Amino acid sequence: MNIDLSRRGFLRLAGAGVAATSLGAMGFGEAEAAEAAHVRAFKLATTTETRNTCPYCSVACGIIMYSKGDVKTGETAELLHIEGDADHPTNRGTLCPKGAALKDFVHAPTRLTQPRIRKPGASEWEEISWNDALDRIARAIKDDRDENFIATNEAGTPVNRWTTAGFLAASATTNETAWLTYKTVRSMGIVGFDNQARV
Amino acid sequence: MTNAWTDIKNTDLVVVMGGNAAEAHPCGFKWVTEAKAHRGARLIVVDPRYTRTASVSDYYAPIRPGTDIAFLMGVIRWCMDNDKVQWEYVRNFTNASLLVREDFGWSDGLFTGYDEEKRDFDKSSWDYQIGDDGFALTDPTLQDPRCVWQLLRQHVDVYTPEFVENVTGTPRDKFLTICEMIGECSAPDKVMTSMYALGWTQHSKGAQNIRGMAMLQLILGNIGMRGGGMNALRGHSNIQGLTDIGLMSNLIPGYLNIPTEKEVDWQTYLSTREFRPIRPGQTSYWQNYSKFMVSFMKAMWGDAATAENNWAYEYLPKLDVPAYDILRMFELMDQGRVNLYFCQGFNPMLSIPNREKITRSLSKLKMLVVMDPLSTETSHFWQNHGVHNDVDPSAIQTEVLELPTTCFAEDEGALVNSGRWLQWHWPGATPPGEAKHDTWIMAQIFLRVRELYQREGGAFPDPILNLTWNYADPEEPLPEELAKEMNGRALGDVTDPTSGAVVAQAGQQLSGFGQLRDDGSTMAGCWIYAGSWTEDGNMMARRDNSDPGDAGLFLNWAFAWPANRRILYNRASADLQGKPWDPDRLLIAWNGEKWEGYDVPDIAPTAKPTEVGPFIMNQEGVSRLFTRGMMRDGPFPTHMEPFETPMANVLNPRMRGNPVGRVFESDVANLATSDEFPFVATSYRLTEHFHYWTKHNPVNAALQPEFFVEISEELAAERGIARGSRVRVWGKRGEVWAKAVVTKRIKPMVCGGKPVHVVGIPLHWGFMGAAKKGWGPNSLTPFVGDANTDTPEFKAFLVNIEPAAEEPVA
Repeated sequence: MNIDLSRRGFLRLAGAGVAATSLGAMGFGEAEAAEAAHVRAFKLATTTETRNTCPYCSVACGIIMYSKGDVKTGETAELLHIEGDADHPTNRGTLCPKGAALKDFVHAPTRLTQPRIRKPGASEWEEISWNDALDRIARAIKDDRDENFIATNEAGTPVNRWTTAGFLAASATTNETAWLTYKTVRSMGIVGFDNQARV
Repeated sequence: MTNAWTDIKNTDLVVVMGGNAAEAHPCGFKWVTEAKAHRGARLIVVDPRYTRTASVSDYYAPIRPGTDIAFLMGVIRWCMDNDKVQWEYVRNFTNASLLVREDFGWSDGLFTGYDEEKRDFDKSSWDYQIGDDGFALTDPTLQDPRCVWQLLRQHVDVYTPEFVENVTGTPRDKFLTICEMIGECSAPDKVMTSMYALGWTQHSKGAQNIRGMAMLQLILGNIGMRGGGMNALRGHSNIQGLTDIGLMSNLIPGYLNIPTEKEVDWQTYLSTREFRPIRPGQTSYWQNYSKFMVSFMKAMWGDAATAENNWAYEYLPKLDVPAYDILRMFELMDQGRVNLYFCQGFNPMLSIPNREKITRSLSKLKMLVVMDPLSTETSHFWQNHGVHNDVDPSAIQTEVLELPTTCFAEDEGALVNSGRWLQWHWPGATPPGEAKHDTWIMAQIFLRVRELYQREGGAFPDPILNLTWNYADPEEPLPEELAKEMNGRALGDVTDPTSGAVVAQAGQQLSGFGQLRDDGSTMAGCWIYAGSWTEDGNMMARRDNSDPGDAGLFLNWAFAWPANRRILYNRASADLQGKPWDPDRLLIAWNGEKWEGYDVPDIAPTAKPTEVGPFIMNQEGVSRLFTRGMMRDGPFPTHMEPFETPMANVLNPRMRGNPVGRVFESDVANLATSDEFPFVATSYRLTEHFHYWTKHNPVNAALQPEFFVEISEELAAERGIARGSRVRVWGKRGEVWAKAVVTKRIKPMVCGGKPVHVVGIPLHWGFMGAAKKGWGPNSLTPFVGDANTDTPEFKAFLVNIEPAAEEPVA
């Protein structure tokens, strides 16, 4: 049941096909042209389709995202619509009330768009550049690790652990993010390491 | 999951206990509907509430939160008493016949070896009798009083239907009806599946709840079968992946372990992981541990990990406690012993118990870094939101950095579903504003720290300076590069140990974990993912949805670990001769020379069925009804009350909660008793929301706009609470205000001769986002955890409830 034809291509064909088959078959050649001229192109026909999976629960339903613009070619892409992927063996095109509203999660008014800092005792945020934010973090890591790193225990055994810093990892990031996070955190000797599976 | 979502269509009976799949996993639950419609399967729901899953069930029974072990041991007792046992499976595929040491025993709710001071067991007696040949002794007739089967019989004896009714509140007739329905699945051609979720894990004995059902499934012969298995419905989309990759205090990717400081060197570390078979001729696949481990060390530190320096064993941190899990870290934070904390897509302000303690702890940090697509309660813990977050910002000296990340629509990579499928996804939208990929952020942090160490030196910089970082663009490693690194590749030519033929040339991607070596000639970040990105390309991106035989397996869709196997233990779907128990449920069969069928065999392809047992990861070659010393709280599940309970443990009234459960000294005084807090509370999800995320989405916020609690009509009458009115719910650690949903879905139960009322508390509200401000259950829940997993006890705690003044209309 694989659909080789892309869904966008299929829609384009279907849009043109209504006039061609029903009118053309009956010998209305000119009427066909006139009809085709005023039928508005299906909105999704001009979008880029991308296969993805729902980020919520572990059923991992297949979804199709429709965007204006194509990120793969370096264009700016705006997400317009998300629907269930009918080819996906688990959900076969269906989505639950959460998945059906996914587009509005991506566009949530409380999505973060800018690094911010809240200084000690402050009651408001301030904007900060990525560069400054990352430098502050790196400096804090280096200073605290140097100060509190435990190289050996009382018995003199090398233990190389750093317990005054901790890292809680995500539950919906990719495996690839997880692996890079693992490498970074472990190389520093952090043992206060956990993820959402704990709760 | 041992099986997959799509496999549920093959079942005859679904037991949903410790979960609410129709509501929390709707599109997976439709495979239950499929089984009901097309196979005539039946659905049993056992839950404190009449849930949406219950509303489409064939049979429903209520249960008091936190008493599942008593229920399950009662079912096992009933099956043993009524000959509802898949005998051939039990005799050959479980450890029922193995003999246990004479000094092992159980009395007063405790197994032998309990030390009340240490709150721990000396587990040495929880083991087999080992013969002079190094193998465990057995009695295949199952008659020896020391065999596992007879000990189990003795262990479950106390769990009579009367005992079950008294403790769990499940009426006896309902319990017995369920026993009969379950018992039918002991026939070799009748299969039951267990679907559970956090309703079983979030208890101080969560792991034992799950053990209880796993044992029942083994007794019925349902593990390894199509339509059977133990199916953990994971909560988040990649919690499975994060666990596989070992992002936990004590883990190394692929379920290997971070050493403890008692494992002073590489040899000591490996010596406790030899995994020699304890029955003759068994596979005991963990014997290959060193190959997985060396390949991991090579993935981490490349040329700096050599045979001479024991593969850079010194670089790994060594633990002095079992784990620095979340509860321990917040306890240390509260003691002022943690300075920096990172939250990557994680909102502990709503997901860790005792919110008052969480706020207090975060306030003692020097720096908190939050990386998230959303503006969370955690990044705003210092901000005053009136009653919803009543803090004084000027008194909080923590510096907070909030970093905007991308979400699923904007990134690329694999997520692992509950059925262990690694599914690749592609980006289709531009990140908003300055939001960045998590991979970029982690790379930036790492590279900047590494540069500081290069420039300034400092504490043991070697593991940082030598970490493998050979990405085309070090500033932003690509998902493809990272996925290939986890899969593993040959560093030198890899040869077949018997024929000497080269199976992988230096530089090639490995095709499976069978090619891993412990001589430094291979590297792999996560051995169980070997085969996911081979020389043939990205197996996780495969999209062929054909399904030969309508088996529900979809072998060419994405990639499932391990080895693209879709049903774990599938060797056990066939009898001792290798013939399927049920011909209509063929998975694999022995053709006289090798195993073949629809799935990837979970056994060596030419392992003779009469010689090699089906549970290849176990030293016994069979599954375990008795787990030796592998679990901290006992080799069999035994009834334990929650830490906060309306009823003393009838097996031992002195015992509070799990006798070896996770509890810190500082929290003991914060545990409630039923004199002051008479009602049992439990937390749950709603189908319109996903945790604390969708309240940021105006659509979902409109569907379920406001925090509520759910109570029975009887409790409402007792407390004078009107339907839809405002109530105050409070416990030993905090208070919340909510709308009261008065419902027939919850009914009082009778336990120990007294009525028990349940208060249901959904978990989707906080003080950020588009929904009306509210609270989560963690404002009320205790800071205690499971003995084995440290998972907090969210599903059973005590509260009180009273009517409250309505909010002023603005």
